Amino acid sequence: MSGTAGPAAAAAPRPAPVPVGRLGRPEAGSPAPVIEAAGLASQYRERTVWSAADFSVGAGEFLTVLGPNGAGKSTLLRMVLGLLRPAEGTLRVLGGSPRRGNPAIGYVPQRRTLDPDLGVRAADMVGLGVDGHRWGVSVSPRKKQEKAQEVTQALASVGAAHLAGRAVGRLSGGEQQRLQLAQALVSRPQLLLLDEPLASLDLRSQQEVSQLIADLQAEYGFTVVLVTHDINPVLGVTDRVMYVAGGGVSVGPPEEVITSASLSRLYQADVEVLTDSRGRIFVVGLEAETAHPHSPRGPRP
Amino acid sequence: MTGVLASGYGFLSGPSWNLVADVQNMLSFTFMRNAFAAGTASALVAGLIGYFVVLRASSFAAHAISHIGFAGAAGAVLIGINPVLGVGALSLAASVSMGLLGRRLRGRDVVIGLVMAASLGLGYLFISLYTGNATDAYAVLFGQIFGITAGAVWITLLTSAVVLAVLAAIYRPLLFASLDEEVAEARGIRVGAVGLGFMMLLALAVSEAVQVSGVLLIFALLVAPGAIAGRVSRRPAAALALSAVLAILITWASLALAFYTPYPVSFYVTSLAFVLYLGVRAMGRGAGLRRVAAPASPAREPAAEARPAATVRT
Repeated sequence: MSGTAGPAAAAAPRPAPVPVGRLGRPEAGSPAPVIEAAGLASQYRERTVWSAADFSVGAGEFLTVLGPNGAGKSTLLRMVLGLLRPAEGTLRVLGGSPRRGNPAIGYVPQRRTLDPDLGVRAADMVGLGVDGHRWGVSVSPRKKQEKAQEVTQALASVGAAHLAGRAVGRLSGGEQQRLQLAQALVSRPQLLLLDEPLASLDLRSQQEVSQLIADLQAEYGFTVVLVTHDINPVLGVTDRVMYVAGGGVSVGPPEEVITSASLSRLYQADVEVLTDSRGRIFVVGLEAETAHPHSPRGPRP
Repeated sequence: MTGVLASGYGFLSGPSWNLVADVQNMLSFTFMRNAFAAGTASALVAGLIGYFVVLRASSFAAHAISHIGFAGAAGAVLIGINPVLGVGALSLAASVSMGLLGRRLRGRDVVIGLVMAASLGLGYLFISLYTGNATDAYAVLFGQIFGITAGAVWITLLTSAVVLAVLAAIYRPLLFASLDEEVAEARGIRVGAVGLGFMMLLALAVSEAVQVSGVLLIFALLVAPGAIAGRVSRRPAAALALSAVLAILITWASLALAFYTPYPVSFYVTSLAFVLYLGVRAMGRGAGLRRVAAPASPAREPAAEARPAATVRT
């Protein structure tokens, strides 16, 4: 990774530090926040990973969560899903306490490669999102038809209609990702949580998936919280970023959070943020740096 | 009952090749009626549960549960109660402990293997302490469906009814948790409880199937039909039904073959299951199961490509 501009870039005019094409950010006074945290702390195996986090995520917002491995990004998602209790502080999701199985929340977990021998149809996999959590067996033909319609529609909106009859184990990583998205969509979520949806995808697929999520957001109007290692594929679509590092959390627009000063303060180390000629951001100076999970940090501005 | 393991009695006269007459001939014997009743009930449950065993990749657990059940069967023989009750008790105990350990058990094949071996050893001790006929030991290891008692038939039918009822109740959450545990959990399914429930159903299915195929040959009835069905159909409901039908047909054919030949039932069960599995694999290589990616889709995952083709050779 290098932040130095090549000779071609030298001739080009100095790019603005803020990448263009970002969606409008919801201003204060917009509808009730979808996620609201006050003094929130996260624990992983009895160990506090971050604490004193105050933030809120507005309806229809696209929030990208960044940070090093083990900084507590996934634990944040698990708390929002109601699978993990906050160690401290309060967390409100969609106007109530987080609860397991909230149908208003769609979740796409970190992708793992499915067994290639898994001979289950993609449509059946997506259909689990409709009624997979219900007890008993359904024999109603009407419900069956409704389910088939919802599945077809969801598959179409993620551009995977042609995959409906294929065995999921035989699909590529990107294709399986689309199915997971479709499966999350069929429950008509108000909030979509995505854990590392861009990991182990090539650059082009990363851009495609980011754009797809943004398009779905525009179509369905849900709020997005997306966890990623690399900010660049989502720079054009994210409203705000949350940086989880050094035992604390920093939330704001990318141009305010991902700066040398802000990240150095968060990591308590000399961190430099470089921007190349195409507006891509590189964070350097962390090669020898590790997260400081125990350091007590105050609330971020 | 002596000689029950060897075969039925029909081979003395041979089949008439008139299907109706042959079936009537078979069913005129009480032991054959009992064998068909218990065999069908066991096969139905084994086929259904077996599909989930394959989906959840828990065939090693199934294997272990049956071996631990062997100690129970041997102990039951020793104290003079029905072996199927002994298998049921110890299989359930084993499956509950495995279910409670849950994810922590993943990759603990050594521990499971050692518990399995210790149970087999314990079962062997019980059998050596037992002064009765040694064929009872073989009966537990290799199946004894022709020697099944009327009492055991009723236990089997009742157990199958319970398994069917519970499976119908947890079918959708179980399928969800088997295919996508994390999303299922996020959707509010208690994946731990569902997994534990499944392990208990597995123990019951094992206890039933042991009577047909024996402890050592349980895979043929419990895993093969599910594995075959999963290769033939991509719709879970259809595959589940196919798996049950296959298990029942294998059992029926084996009972009939064993009745008219001097060879044992479980030999036919394992052979038929194996031949069917090979056949499906061979056909699947040409047909839709290995269909290459559609033109519109990008290249597939290297992992899928790098997988070896059929590793079983005849």
